[in-house]
Formats: sequence, C-alpha cells, structure tokens
Amino acid sequence: MTTPILTQFMNELLSGRLKLVDLTQTLTPEFPTIVLPPEFGQAWPFRIEEISRYDERGPAWYWNNFSMSEHTGTHFDAPIHWISGKDQPDNAVDSIPAENFIASACVIDVSAESAANPDFLLTIDFVKAWEEKHGRIPERAWVLLRTDWSKRTTPAEYLNMAEDGAHSPGPDAEVVPWLIRERNVHGFGTESVGTDAGQAHHLNPPYPCHYYMHGNNRYGLQCLTNLDQLPPQGTLIFAAPLKIRNGSGSPLRVLALAPTA
Amino acid sequence: MTEPLVKPKKKNPVERTRLATLPPAARSRAALGLTRAAAEGRFEMQVCAECATVQYPPREVCGQCLSEHLNWKSVDDRGELIAITTLRHSNDLYFRERLPWQVGTVKMVAGPVVVAHVHEDCAANSAVRLALKLDRSGQAVLHALPEKDTPNMNDAPQMRESTCDPKFRRVLISDGKSAMGLALAKAMLDAGANTVFLGDPTSWKRVAAFDKLTADPRVQVVELDVTDTDSVKRLAASIGGKIEIMLNTAAYLRGNPGEGGILGRKDVILARDAMEVNVLGLMRLAQAFGPGMCFRAADGSNNAVAWVNVLSIHALVALPARGAWSASMAAALSTAQTLRTELRGAGVRVMNVFPGPIDEEWEQLTPPPKLAPSAVAKAIVKGLQDGLEDVYVGEIAEEIRERLRDNHKAVERELGQ
Repeated sequence: MTTPILTQFMNELLSGRLKLVDLTQTLTPEFPTIVLPPEFGQAWPFRIEEISRYDERGPAWYWNNFSMSEHTGTHFDAPIHWISGKDQPDNAVDSIPAENFIASACVIDVSAESAANPDFLLTIDFVKAWEEKHGRIPERAWVLLRTDWSKRTTPAEYLNMAEDGAHSPGPDAEVVPWLIRERNVHGFGTESVGTDAGQAHHLNPPYPCHYYMHGNNRYGLQCLTNLDQLPPQGTLIFAAPLKIRNGSGSPLRVLALAPTA
Repeated sequence: MTEPLVKPKKKNPVERTRLATLPPAARSRAALGLTRAAAEGRFEMQVCAECATVQYPPREVCGQCLSEHLNWKSVDDRGELIAITTLRHSNDLYFRERLPWQVGTVKMVAGPVVVAHVHEDCAANSAVRLALKLDRSGQAVLHALPEKDTPNMNDAPQMRESTCDPKFRRVLISDGKSAMGLALAKAMLDAGANTVFLGDPTSWKRVAAFDKLTADPRVQVVELDVTDTDSVKRLAASIGGKIEIMLNTAAYLRGNPGEGGILGRKDVILARDAMEVNVLGLMRLAQAFGPGMCFRAADGSNNAVAWVNVLSIHALVALPARGAWSASMAAALSTAQTLRTELRGAGVRVMNVFPGPIDEEWEQLTPPPKLAPSAVAKAIVKGLQDGLEDVYVGEIAEEIRERLRDNHKAVERELGQ
C-alpha cells in the first residue's frame, strides 16, 4: 500500500527535509505604508489599541482592536486593485478561487544589483539569464524578487524617499507582459512596499506591474521578507488573503514550503 | 531688582519630589469675571452702568447705588502702592512652601482699594500697575507690578507662580516637522528654553529646515506619531518626566477649501484622519504625558507648568468649506477643556491657541491676511510668559471672536458664503 500523499508530505516536513519559511513582516505601527502624493487618499498604517489585558476592562482576557488599510504590511493585491483589472472575473479577494492561494514560486535574486542601484529594474534579459542557470519558470508560478529590501529596518531606509520620490527596485515595463505571455506566471511578489519600483510612475505604462498583472487577472504580493531563505526554484507558497467582500487586497500571512538545502 | 533666574541644577534623584499644592480656589460666580479677563490677558472690573463706579471685589449690585447693571469693562490699571506686607508665616499649604510672600494694598486710579500680590521690584508709596493673572488654581489674582518693566521681572518667584515662562524649561513639540512646529521650536529656544524635544512623525521624510534646526545642541529629535498609541507611550516612558511645557502642534488639515465639507466628499476618511490626529492624538498625549507633568507641577523653578494646544478659531465656529476639519477642531477644544479641568488639580495650565488661517501649504488658496507661523509662535511665547489660558492670534481670529459675542448666527451664515 502506498503512503497517502499528504502523509508523505507531513513526514517530509516533520523530518526536516521540507522547511516552512514565514515570508511575513510583523504588523507594527512603525512599519511603513506606501506614501502617495498628499492630495490623494492615503492608506491607513497599522494601528492597535488594547481592549483589555487581564484588568478592569476585562479581568481574564487580553485582546486588541486594530485598524489598517487593505494594503498595509505584508499584503496581497487582487486584480480589482487596479483600473486595468476592474472588469476581470473573480477579481476580488472574496471571489478569487481558493486554489489560487497555493502556487509554486521562483525567487530571482537581485539583491546585489539592488544594493548597487536602488532603482534597479528587472529586465527580460535578466530573467532569461536566470532561467539558463536555474531552469525555466514553470506555469502559474509566483515570481518573487529578492532584493533584501526587507533588511532595511528603518522607515527612511525602507521607503528610501528623495526629493524625486521613492527609490526601490522593481520590474521594468517589458518584463511584466513577457512573464504573463511567455511564462503564464501566477503573480509577482516583492520585498519593498509595492510590486512596482519606487520610480515606476515614470515608466510606460506607469506602474507596469500593477497595470499588466492585474489587467491579466494575476496577483501581487509585497512587503515580503525571508526571501533569502528560499531556493531559486521548487518553493510552494501559501498566500490566502482575508475574505473581504469586494476587497482589493488584504494583509495576510505568507508561508513558503521549500526543500531544506 | 529681581535676581535673574539661574539655570536649575540637576535634580537630586534620591530626594522626594514634592507634590503640587494649590492656592485657595473658591470664588463667587461673579468673581469669575476676573478669571475670564485674566485668562485672556485683559484687565477688567465691573463698572456700574448707572453711576460709573468701578467695583472691587466683584459683586451682584453696585456698592455705590445698588444698581444691578454692572458691566465687565477694561479699567485703568494704575494705582499707588500704599502698604506692603511680607508674609513669613502661613497655615495655607500652598503659601507656607513659598514664603516669604509679599502682599500689599493698592489705591487704584479707577477708585477701588485692592489687596494684591506685590512684585519684589515695587517700592512702598510708589506708582504701580495692576495685572490680573491666573494663579496655580486657575483663578484670577491681582498682581501689583512696577510701573515700568524691570530687568528679569518675570524671573521673580511670585511671578513664576502665575506664569508659564519657557525660560530654563524643557518643552516637547509634538509635531516638530510642520511649519508651525519649526517656528515654535525656534521661538522656544529664543525664549530661553533649556531643551526642545522635537517630535518627528515622519522619519522617512527629509525636511531641510528641520535638519538645520536639529543642529542646535539644545534640540533633541524624538520619534512621535500621535496616531500611534504605542509611539506616544514609548516616548512618555522615556522623556515624560522631563517635559515642563507640552506644545501640541500635531494638526491635520488636508484638501483645498470646498473639498473638505460634508456633502462634497464621498467618505469620512479625511474626517476620521483629522479626528485621529487633532482629537484622539491630543487624548493619547494627555493620557501618556499628563500624569508625569502633574507629578512634577511643583518641582523646583523648572516645574511642569503648561500644556499648549494649537487649535484654530474655527474650533469656535465651523468653516463649512472645511467642515470635517472644523468638527475636529471643535472636538479638540472640547477635549482641551476637559484636560484643563483635569490638569488644574495639579496647577498645570492648559493654554488654547486660536489662530486665524496660517500661511502654510494647505492654506495656499486662502486669501490673505494669513499668519506667519513665526507670528503664531511669538503669540504663544507671550501667552506663556503672561500665563494665559486662551490666546486669539491675528485679526481674523480676533474679529470672529468679537463677532461671535455680538451675533453668532451672523458669523455662522457669513462663514458659509
């Protein structure tokens, strides 16, 4: 009798041959939220207020109220988030088919390039060179960009604001449609505050990752961490956003399963 | 002549901090007319509408003709100091810790003979000015001051009891990166503050004027976001015991005039954000810093004395073009009034500042006159030096204030046009 697949899986996990990596940043009030020009509406940062802590407000229990936007902390972008994805079917966090919350992932390491140039843009050629080394990106896989941006611990370093706006790495305007068309990717994930580069409003179209990914009913993940603990290929990502009615995204716990190196 | 105040020594950490005591606070309702005048820095007494007699102490009917028509009016503040007494003993808990204390009798040019606290630079049988000032109970008392200002007169211990002078005190500016915060920091340093803790709610944002100011060794940058309870608590836990004057400049104003009403928007997000900063932010600061300030309200010559809220004249009446923001200002004023009552128990004064429009980014389309932030800062310093509770800054604020007394319905209508 063969061992059922999930039993096999649990054996792998318990034996340590598979590892579970938490790709989630801790939700704290200090964690930076994306900053838009001040005349636009702004996303709420994470805020928390204690309801009671074994005290006169509730003698035997501790709990909190919290508030934040759908796009605060480590979060998921649904296609409805962008104008290009507004008419896609099943495009909100409550209507996305649940099977889409599990997908494999490729991790493209651009940490050295990003350290040298905070405006580094991922190109088709860079991905092709990566594929030559690590193999072709499989169908319906997340493409995660490892920039080590999560290691920038102060809001100033993380947002990296200058007089001309934020400076952080991301994909260029050609590689995003190419990934969708040629590799049929599931979505794009980053360590920085958005899936697009800090200066992506100057690209054509502006914010190409949002524009093309959501316009093709694909997803986004941002503010990820611990991507340095994942292999280039062979990771499985579990990323299920909260089931908010017609929600454009949600903070979530992103878990990765990968073979132990 | 008053000896100039010396910079307070570091506190002996093994000595008990003396708790605040208050001078007698009981007053008749009529006497609160003096408190109103003192709170706003005016010198007013009741004047009989029929026989023009100036009344003191305040009363229900004229002491001369028994008329009930007594009106509060500005009166001549000059007088002659006809007797000085130095108290060397008191059974009152407040005064016995502050002896010797000088009181005296002044024959006012306006008529009444009054008993007043006497400044140490006044000589018997000389001309003096009278001033109404709030004491640590928040009640009006008369101070006899030298006819002309003398050097360091605000440094006299008796004066220091009725004022909130920034000299040698440590202040916290809750939002030090705003135009108002920056101007206030400069004004506080110029007024002799020992340390300015400059709150920074946006450490990721570079502001050249902020960086320049922080080069001054008396300025310490502290991370503070009043919308974040934990940030406020952490800062209070670290420097709460050092704050002698709180300057709450954290203010939220967004949108151009006309975009900020009620029906002009599709959501309450701007309103909620404004409440979060302007109202709940004040509450968070108060809950975190208020107790520590109360504890140090009688702690030497650099005791904790004042809590300043920079509000707007539209806390008193809405500017419908900025309806949600006006609502937050009204709520902030209401919060500040409660805080005033709560801090009064320790003698810490709440000073509310009501400027007209300030010349800053979000008032770009507001036609002049607009107040330079430095002008508001100057008024705040003066308000603290004079020990005021309510400060109206600029002609627009003054006018709205006057006209609200006259016909508040007219102001309400006209601000909506």
